[in-house]
Amino acid sequence: MPPLVNVDGLTKYFPVQKSFIEAAVSKKREYVHAVDDISFQVQRGETFGLVGESGSGKTTTGRLLVRLDTPTTGEIRFDGQNMVDVDQESLMQFRRRAQMIFQDPTAALNPRMRIGQAIKHGLDIHEIGTEQERRQEVLRMLDKIGLTPPETFYEKFPHQVSGGQRQRVVIGRAMILKPEFVVADEPVAMVDVSIRAQILDLMISLKKEFGLTYVFITHDLATANYFCDRIAIMYLGKIVEVGLRDEVFKEPKHPYTVALMSAIPVPDPKHKLQRMIPRGEIPSPINPPSGCRFHPRCPYAFERCSKEEPGMTKISDTHYVACHLFDNPPSS
Amino acid sequence: MNPLLNVRDLAVEYHSMRGRVRAVANVSLSIEKGSTLGLVGESGCGKSTLGFSVLRMVPPPGKIVGGEIDFDGINIVQQTEAEMRRIRGSQISMIFQDPMTSLNPVKKIRDHFIELYRTHDQSVTKDEAIAKSVKLLDSLGIGGDRINDYPHQFSGGMRQRVMIGLALALNPKLIIADEPTTALDVIVEAQILELLKQLKSEHQLTMILITHNIGIVAEMADTIGVMYAGQIVELGPTEDIFEDPLHPYTKGLLESAPNIIHPEKSMRPVPGSPPDLLSPPTGCKFHPRCSRVFEPCPYKEPQLLERKRRLVACHLYD
Repeated sequence: MPPLVNVDGLTKYFPVQKSFIEAAVSKKREYVHAVDDISFQVQRGETFGLVGESGSGKTTTGRLLVRLDTPTTGEIRFDGQNMVDVDQESLMQFRRRAQMIFQDPTAALNPRMRIGQAIKHGLDIHEIGTEQERRQEVLRMLDKIGLTPPETFYEKFPHQVSGGQRQRVVIGRAMILKPEFVVADEPVAMVDVSIRAQILDLMISLKKEFGLTYVFITHDLATANYFCDRIAIMYLGKIVEVGLRDEVFKEPKHPYTVALMSAIPVPDPKHKLQRMIPRGEIPSPINPPSGCRFHPRCPYAFERCSKEEPGMTKISDTHYVACHLFDNPPSS
Repeated sequence: MNPLLNVRDLAVEYHSMRGRVRAVANVSLSIEKGSTLGLVGESGCGKSTLGFSVLRMVPPPGKIVGGEIDFDGINIVQQTEAEMRRIRGSQISMIFQDPMTSLNPVKKIRDHFIELYRTHDQSVTKDEAIAKSVKLLDSLGIGGDRINDYPHQFSGGMRQRVMIGLALALNPKLIIADEPTTALDVIVEAQILELLKQLKSEHQLTMILITHNIGIVAEMADTIGVMYAGQIVELGPTEDIFEDPLHPYTKGLLESAPNIIHPEKSMRPVPGSPPDLLSPPTGCKFHPRCSRVFEPCPYKEPQLLERKRRLVACHLYD
């Protein structure tokens, strides 16, 4: 079966805003290389994780996938159809099928719109059903996302419910159009630990019910491990490793992936941490390092790493890594 | 046993238009010299308010309404504001969550240190203060030449190192770290945790570490205090609590924590959501979410009692 989403050479540069004086002194235009030539597929029915630190380009990738931003270059095919150069009408059609869940539910909801109306809004825009039918649909959704009794929650404003319930509203709003494809950008980052698993479990049950395909964006490897079938690790606008969950977690190949895994505090005082922490911090995406973007921080870097950008090397049919350590294994 | 800090029956309230919120309710705890107490709980459980109370810096409209805080023989609650100003920074200092809002954006790093040194000791000259801070920053992994930079010229991790430097500058006896790594990325977080561990062993620091991250307390704390709805529900040695959590909330909190090594033992949700402190539940505040609730729970508030080398507030252990 062809993949639901096929991304090829996706790139997004944002121009750097300069002050009047800076612009007068230097004519050179600078760009933030947010996403730089990445390719991947999302299969129907899977949960694909995009994992990385701030500045890795994971959120920009997510926004491009649902076309909230337009790529600088590259191709996004959704169900075989190119979604980069499309007219307004096809984009409208596409938005019925692809939705996004945002990180901060307080910012994502209009504080003056009642919860019921916020969820109903998508149905209004796409003119689905009569007013009465829409209301019934929203009540059913409220029940499904665990906001009961639905009649009461329909009339509430976002500030009248808890943070976890607000995130449920954002999820319900994304699901009301019965989309096939949902990009969830850190849906549990702002939610308390004890509630986090509740929200993820809700998303899992909605996935089963609607036959959804998820792209799950997170900085938290442990959450990705709980939730995703396949994972791509991003660093400075590039995918450095991609594979099935167990491949990436049990046999991480890229030094950056290994570092990320070793950095996480483990909730077990008896666990002896063996950290491999790279030096320094993620460099500026305005002038990313030459060659492999991780090379200035990589403990295994050798000459080639600063000169040549590594391509994707196959480890297994499903596991790929972009690192010179693997593309030409040393003879020893 | 030689506790550096002894808190007894501390109560802190916030008064708002909608009513009175008891953010910290009758909390008692003590910290031994040289040990680290990890305070864990969800947002709104009162852990940060408790930390602020020890410095008597509860943000208004919050007020300490009862109890005692005995720090090295002085009762913090009774001190004058002038006394407190002398204590803050030199005896007790704080590392805040967000280093960007805690540093003055229009002051060079140098001036932050000069001000700190000279406020507490007028005899220190500017040059002495600069020399001291260069040496200190060097030991924290920041080149001394960066002392003339402004906060915005530093990355998040570097700013947090500066904050740690400011907290350590006057060799305080107690450091309160309020979510010191929450605003940072995983790798930078690990760097800061390693730095704190190193400083702890080098300087015998006594620390209160406030965090929602169970992994961080497992790594850093000698003792853990679990807070729920303004109260300590369980307090004891870190290994014991992880080995055999007594309070159902502690158990729930540990099981809800993500664990990358044993994913099958993690991310189990605690049902329900934290209570609204404007109208907290009666009896045990955790009873509406508790799986082991029985007759006395909704009516009678459990006392913090000693069980198996630790303190627990739950009717299961009465």
